[in-house]
Amino acid sequence: MSTSSGTPESWISSFCSLLGHEYFAEVSEEFIEDDFNLTGLQNQVAMYKEALEMILDVEPEDDEEDEDEDEEDEEDVSGDGRDMMGGQAHGGRRHHSRVASDLSVIESSAEILYGLIHQRFICSRAGIQQMSEKYELGHFGMCPRTNCNQTRTLPVGLSDIPGEDTVKLFCPSCLDVYVPPNSRFQTVDGAFFGRTFGALFLLTFPEYDLTKTGAETAANLPRTTDEHAMINGVYARNIAPGLGRGKIYEPRIYGFKVSEMARSGPRMQWLRSKPDDLSVLDEARRFAEEHGDSDDDDESMSMNGRPIARRRPPGNAKLRQRQAQNGSPMAVEANGADSEL
Amino acid sequence: MDDYGTESDSDYTSYWRDWFISSRGNEYFCEIDEEYLTDRFNLTGLNTEVPYYQYALDLVTDVFDLDCDDEMRETIEKSARHLYGLVHARYIVTTRGLTKMLEKYKKADFGKCPRVMCNSHPLLPMGLSDIPNLKPVKLYCARCEDLYNPKSSRHASIDGAYFGTSFHNILFQVYPGLIPPKSSERYVPRVYGFKVHAAAALVRWQNGQRDDLRRRLRKMEVESGFKDGEDDELEGEDDDDDFDDDDDNGGLQMQTHQHHQQQNMAEYGRGGDGTVPPSGFSGEAQMGSVA
Repeated sequence: MSTSSGTPESWISSFCSLLGHEYFAEVSEEFIEDDFNLTGLQNQVAMYKEALEMILDVEPEDDEEDEDEDEEDEEDVSGDGRDMMGGQAHGGRRHHSRVASDLSVIESSAEILYGLIHQRFICSRAGIQQMSEKYELGHFGMCPRTNCNQTRTLPVGLSDIPGEDTVKLFCPSCLDVYVPPNSRFQTVDGAFFGRTFGALFLLTFPEYDLTKTGAETAANLPRTTDEHAMINGVYARNIAPGLGRGKIYEPRIYGFKVSEMARSGPRMQWLRSKPDDLSVLDEARRFAEEHGDSDDDDESMSMNGRPIARRRPPGNAKLRQRQAQNGSPMAVEANGADSEL
Repeated sequence: MDDYGTESDSDYTSYWRDWFISSRGNEYFCEIDEEYLTDRFNLTGLNTEVPYYQYALDLVTDVFDLDCDDEMRETIEKSARHLYGLVHARYIVTTRGLTKMLEKYKKADFGKCPRVMCNSHPLLPMGLSDIPNLKPVKLYCARCEDLYNPKSSRHASIDGAYFGTSFHNILFQVYPGLIPPKSSERYVPRVYGFKVHAAAALVRWQNGQRDDLRRRLRKMEVESGFKDGEDDELEGEDDDDDFDDDDDNGGLQMQTHQHHQQQNMAEYGRGGDGTVPPSGFSGEAQMGSVA
């Protein structure tokens, strides 16, 4: 194959079809061609211009012959991206006389550059849409946690800086991160997905039924009475559906629970717990209800799981009403109007 | 693969068991002692559970000498595996069995915890039921105290009853020194460095649960098992950061989704005051410093 325009496979699609690159979306060329989207990447990637040309399959202007091009392409170098920083100093200047070693530097630079663009792209409208299609198809695997019932996961990074950590899988059902089961993903940089994507995905697609999995039909799972109940700006049914009562492992010996007073007793159940009554999590509303009574402070702070008895705060009814509205997402306007009266 | 039968009469070498534990997919099993298998008391009740019990037992103990057709041999072979599994569940809670499984645990023969914050802590096999043919084997991580599905499908099809519901808990009762230190380190979903309100509220609530647990344990003077220093921290912070009633930060709102004022301050306070949000998984402890 050659890099001239009109080839069946672009650098991007061949990169995305490599083994271990199954999580990647194909960044659209328009996105890359918009310089605004690349702001700041020049300083992060060695041989930036060459790498960008490689990604976009553009023939370098200063290349004399076509033969060189063909040579370059047959060289299928997939260098380790980690050591590209070292190549920056000398590699940047010598692009007129490219040799094989330069090529491998460019190739690994291109991979890092693509990854960093990818990190931004999947947070854009087009990119997150593409990722949601991949999510639908289950490209990102499933949560290994037994009580998550094979919820589909999302690829995330724990750092936005390349070279720090590999890609992880974020499970929206237990809000935890896991190492991908297949070792081929342990060479994929987490920064190529970034810290933002996982959470942004859930905010972008609040309607997603997280409980829907390939193996388990949603009918099986306990549902809140109101399908559309909102808590803290998201559907209550989508707040960590894999956590809470019945989804926490209880250690037992011959059928008897291990007491928490035992040294080997359970210590980590909090990590998988969730209030039975999710309205407990609506801290703002609870704060509003308790506000005004300074003695309540202690109460509101000891978050021990049981729904706190609603006390009528002292003060006039109007004030109370205002505070109650404070808990609704629309409260800002209502508040303003009210206070003007 | 089936050549075990032809030489199964070789005396005193645990031929069948050797073959069984070293065959692919059976990596989770340890070898049961001959003495344990030959003590009838240890096998109480299994004769009703396993078809062709006596032949199966003979096969497992390498004294099988029945001449039969392949089909019959296959049936007995299946029974033998089932019998071995059921005896295995009993054996691994004995002193010797625990030691053997402990060795395997230390070598991480059962895999490592996939949870990132557990730092590849070795897993232990367990069953969700002691009754055979109900639930496949799961893997228990002593660090996060949760259960995970085995990665490979050949392990995922092993019967959980071959390990039982009690073994991994007994192991840590017998060897309390091996209980890994617990950590409150956790993942907090963020968007451009800002916590997401719904998840953060749940995290706050869970952290409250954890602090309650630790207070309860301290009151009863039970070791909490959390990493050193974290207990002292608990004293000072005392949840004063869970609600932030300082109104000054109201102007920093950056609405990525609908929510309310008080929370914005808690969530965005850190991002808004110009400091770079820590990349890690800071607990709620630092939150109070914003107010």
